[in-house]
Amino acid sequence: MRWFPAALGLALAVALTFLTLPVVAIFVDSSPGQLLDSLGHRGALDALWLSLRTTAAALAIIVVVGTPAAYLLATRSFPGKAIVVTLIELPLVLPPAAAGIALLAALGPEGLLGGAIDAAGIELTLATAGVVVALTFVASPFYVRQAIGAFASVDRTLLDASRTLGVSEARGFARVMIPAAMPGLVAGGALALGRALGEFGATLMFAGSFQGITQTVPLAIYDRFSTDFPAALALSAVLVAVSAAILLSVKLVQGSEVLGGAPR
Amino acid sequence: MLRVEARTRLGALTLDVALEVEAGMCLAVAGPSGAGKTSVLRVAAGLLRPEHGLVEAGGETWLDTRRGVDLPPERRRCGYLFQEYALFPNMTAWQNVAYPLSGVPRRERHRRALELLERFGMAELAEARPGTLSGGERQRVALARALARRPGVLLLDEPLAALDARTRAGALRELGSVLREVEVPALLVTHDFAEAAQLGDRVGVIDAGTVVQEGTPSELAATPRSAFVADFTGAVVLTGTARGGADGLTHVELDGGGAVASTDRAEGPVAVSIYPWEIAIEPAGEARHGSTQNRLAAEVLSVTTVGNRVRLGLAAPQPLAAEVTRASAETLGLRAGLHVTASWKAAATRLVGL
Repeated sequence: MRWFPAALGLALAVALTFLTLPVVAIFVDSSPGQLLDSLGHRGALDALWLSLRTTAAALAIIVVVGTPAAYLLATRSFPGKAIVVTLIELPLVLPPAAAGIALLAALGPEGLLGGAIDAAGIELTLATAGVVVALTFVASPFYVRQAIGAFASVDRTLLDASRTLGVSEARGFARVMIPAAMPGLVAGGALALGRALGEFGATLMFAGSFQGITQTVPLAIYDRFSTDFPAALALSAVLVAVSAAILLSVKLVQGSEVLGGAPR
Repeated sequence: MLRVEARTRLGALTLDVALEVEAGMCLAVAGPSGAGKTSVLRVAAGLLRPEHGLVEAGGETWLDTRRGVDLPPERRRCGYLFQEYALFPNMTAWQNVAYPLSGVPRRERHRRALELLERFGMAELAEARPGTLSGGERQRVALARALARRPGVLLLDEPLAALDARTRAGALRELGSVLREVEVPALLVTHDFAEAAQLGDRVGVIDAGTVVQEGTPSELAATPRSAFVADFTGAVVLTGTARGGADGLTHVELDGGGAVASTDRAEGPVAVSIYPWEIAIEPAGEARHGSTQNRLAAEVLSVTTVGNRVRLGLAAPQPLAAEVTRASAETLGLRAGLHVTASWKAAATRLVGL
């Protein structure tokens, strides 16, 4: 009896149903008209716009700082490197609520650096900047981890070649290493983007939930679900659509990277 | 002139070399894998810093650990041909060649890159990406790129290893002509003695981090200083001028006197190679018998035992080496100073155009 292939197929069917049913339900439960109506409600657009702005800002910070840091970790060896990598990856396994508390303890008004931040005239808690800090904190390990792997898998002789051709390491990094690592960097960016877009716990603890200031889409969904379920459903649908679009465009970008090497 | 000296530990290996190459000359460093060949090139290029070392090229000091001089790779003018060529996959062929020409206006860079590609017969593939090129084409692009900055030194790491057997013969000839054209010192490493003999003006045999013997290819083959060199060198290489004969054989007038015949076809200057075990030895003055076409009078210079075989260094017009069994060496009473006749078949004589 060929039971094993059947068991494999069954496992896949169960997984697929379980993972897609809730997503499908969001769209089945709300008609397109209802969806558009709810979006006009009570600052739903505010939440969307805030989510896009803060996520974009967080992603920019993550890429600008994370790329060179990941490159260093991928290309140099030094004592304690394993510990450094582990510390960078720590937020991956930190519960979001704990991350929020940790951020408060470090950067809050009573926190370690609270005085210095206050003295510099920067407001983080209960401010949009605080949302960006929270998103950056939880999402950056997703990017950095992937970027380390991407740089490490690039053939090191490419960089050697660049240097023997009279080009400094900085220029070689920009012109050879980043393009060669690009598919991995894009994948890491997408993971971080997805994580930042869905961030809930750390943002709530650290920045609060004020409409138009710190209330991102996930917070707005939570805010509405007890009082205005259709509106929560509509916002969820939008978030699902945006996330799916990100995933799809990454797959497309990586697909064309692969095709780039084919005969023309 | 290029001078490379390095003494450094590399894992289990201790690299200890001192090499010198004149401008316009090619020194081929040959040895088994793991002998430290690539490390020599990396020291020269500045990609590997030895504990003690000195690198001088064209009157400049690139590395002197005693005086604390250590120029970064980008400031040493090395044309480095990497084993797998290390072409940048995200750039076209011409962009790869133009890469080192930073600071030159874009149009000028494009023109210079095309000129270099043209020289290697690659102008038509200027817009192709490395992923779409064959091994031989990649090698030519990489050579063009290595020469783009008019390097003061040429470093070649196993230049033919990544090619299939069919492409290799052509690439060997082409590389030989490039090495003759460039007026800078060239340092080449390879695991193949025949390749080293064909491309190098001189060959250094490296074993376990040390150059055990250096000389012209025929010197090495004829008078190996150790069993390792004898074993590694394999073929005997002679030079001469070839011309086709009426009998269908090619006759080669050897430089320095003597003539041999080969079943290979060639015209003009050639390298003649024979494996030492194809060469038979008989006492001098014996009448010719059997089917061997090639006979040269020679004097035994050295007798080296390699396992159950004996390798003979012979002084003919050009140095020669032969390998016989220990039993026949004893029967013939072979010793230095003895006059003998070396003979081998025309069919065992390989010719390579120079």
